[in-house]
Parts: sequence; structure tokens; C-alpha cells
Amino acid sequence: MADATASTRRPERPLSPHLQIYRWSVTMFSSIFHRFTGIGLGVGTLAVAWWLIAAAVGPAAYADFAAAAGHWLGRLVLLGFTVAFLFHLLNGVRHLFWDSGLGFEKPTARFTGWLVVALTGILTVAVWIAAYATMGRL
Amino acid sequence: MATPKTSLRTPTARVRGLGAARKGTGHFIALRTLGVALAPLGLWFLWAVISHAGAPYAETAAFFAHPVNAGLMLAFVVAALWHFRLGFEETILDYVTHEGWKVAALIANTFFSVIVTLACVLAILKLAL
Repeated sequence: MADATASTRRPERPLSPHLQIYRWSVTMFSSIFHRFTGIGLGVGTLAVAWWLIAAAVGPAAYADFAAAAGHWLGRLVLLGFTVAFLFHLLNGVRHLFWDSGLGFEKPTARFTGWLVVALTGILTVAVWIAAYATMGRL
Repeated sequence: MATPKTSLRTPTARVRGLGAARKGTGHFIALRTLGVALAPLGLWFLWAVISHAGAPYAETAAFFAHPVNAGLMLAFVVAALWHFRLGFEETILDYVTHEGWKVAALIANTFFSVIVTLACVLAILKLAL
């Protein structure tokens, strides 16, 4: 079995190209970002849990939560969650169309990719304007 | 380990138990069904959060004391964390190749989702009942 031992020795070949080699495209970005935002939102459920538990525990616990949410760092985290939430929701709808076999053509997939990115930006601004209006700070 | 060429075991025997076989379709359908549910529930949740930005304690507590709001929040929390458990499971199976780490990550994923879901559900029930 001389050829069996020869086949176990791996020849020095270049590795297949990965993320840092390919030119970035919107379809590639949206695919990666969908998983990334999904994981981020999973972690974000802890913030939702904090909000609900604080409201269930009482005014003092709720004040602690409100202070954290009002801090600039808390606001930054909430802004991140807003972007992740809207992107994942919009891109999730895109995925549902793909699952039913629609929108796979290259120009369509690119267009819907940019559409999701644009709508995420627009709706993030809209959500924050609405939130600041609720607080009477506009 | 014997190579495929020298082994007498059938190809089926070699791959059996190596992957999450047979349950793929159910996993796929559950993830999408929850996604479909989360689109409207997510928009409602977003509205609920925006309308309570900077709200005092009493206002938020009163909001969840209403059965419709409590019910929708329960549905959102359960669907969101279930959807996350399935989606993150897919990610773990895709990237974690070491058997021990894979099993540990899958268990941790389930524990996380169940604990956070229970905590949220209890908090909502306390506010609603």
C-alpha cells in the first residue's frame, strides 16, 4: 500500500481564499451581519430581562435600570441594539423571500441588500427621534 | 482511525452520530415560523419600548398590568429566545468543530435561553397578575 502512505502526506498548496481576500459586496456583508446581529440580539435579551425584572421588583430597581439606560454608555448600547434589531428584522424578511425561492437574481439580491441597509439607517433615526419625542426632549 | 479505504465499516456506519441528522427540516421550519411571528411582535415590542422611553416606574408597571400588553410581551419574549436558541445552535454547529466545545456550547445555549425566558416570563406574570 505505497500509495496509501503517499496520500496522507499533504502537498504544500495555497489555502482557499477567505474573507480578507474577497472584495466586499453587499450580499456578503448582509449575510455575515445577519448572524452577527442575531447573536447580538440574543445577548440583548438580557437588557429586556433587566427592564422587565426591574419593573416587577419595584420603583428602586426600576430607577437603577432607568439610570443605566439614560447614561451615555447605556444609550450607545441601546443605539447598537436598535441598529441590530432593525437590520435583523428587515433582512429576516429578505431571507423569508429567499426561502420561498424569490429574489435570488444577482441585481435583485444586491438591490434588496442595499434597501435593507438604507432602511435600517432611516428607521434607526426615526426610532430615536420618536423615543426622544416621547421623553419630551424634542 | 481506519481510513475509508482500509475499513470494513459501511459509509453509513462511519457518519452515523456525527451530525444533527433527521431533525434539520423541523429546525428549519421552526426557525422560519418564529421569524414570521417575530416580525409583527418585534414591531409591537419596538413601539412598547419607544412609548416608554424615560417613563416613570408606575407607567411601565401599569402598561404590563394590562392583559393584552402582558400577553403580547410573553409571546414576544418566548418567540425571540426560542428563535435565538435555534439560530445560535446553527451557528455553533457551523463553526465549533471540537466535539467537547461543541457540546458545551450547545448546552450553554439552551441554558441561557431557558433561564432568560423563565426570568422574563416570571417578571411579566408578576406585573400582570
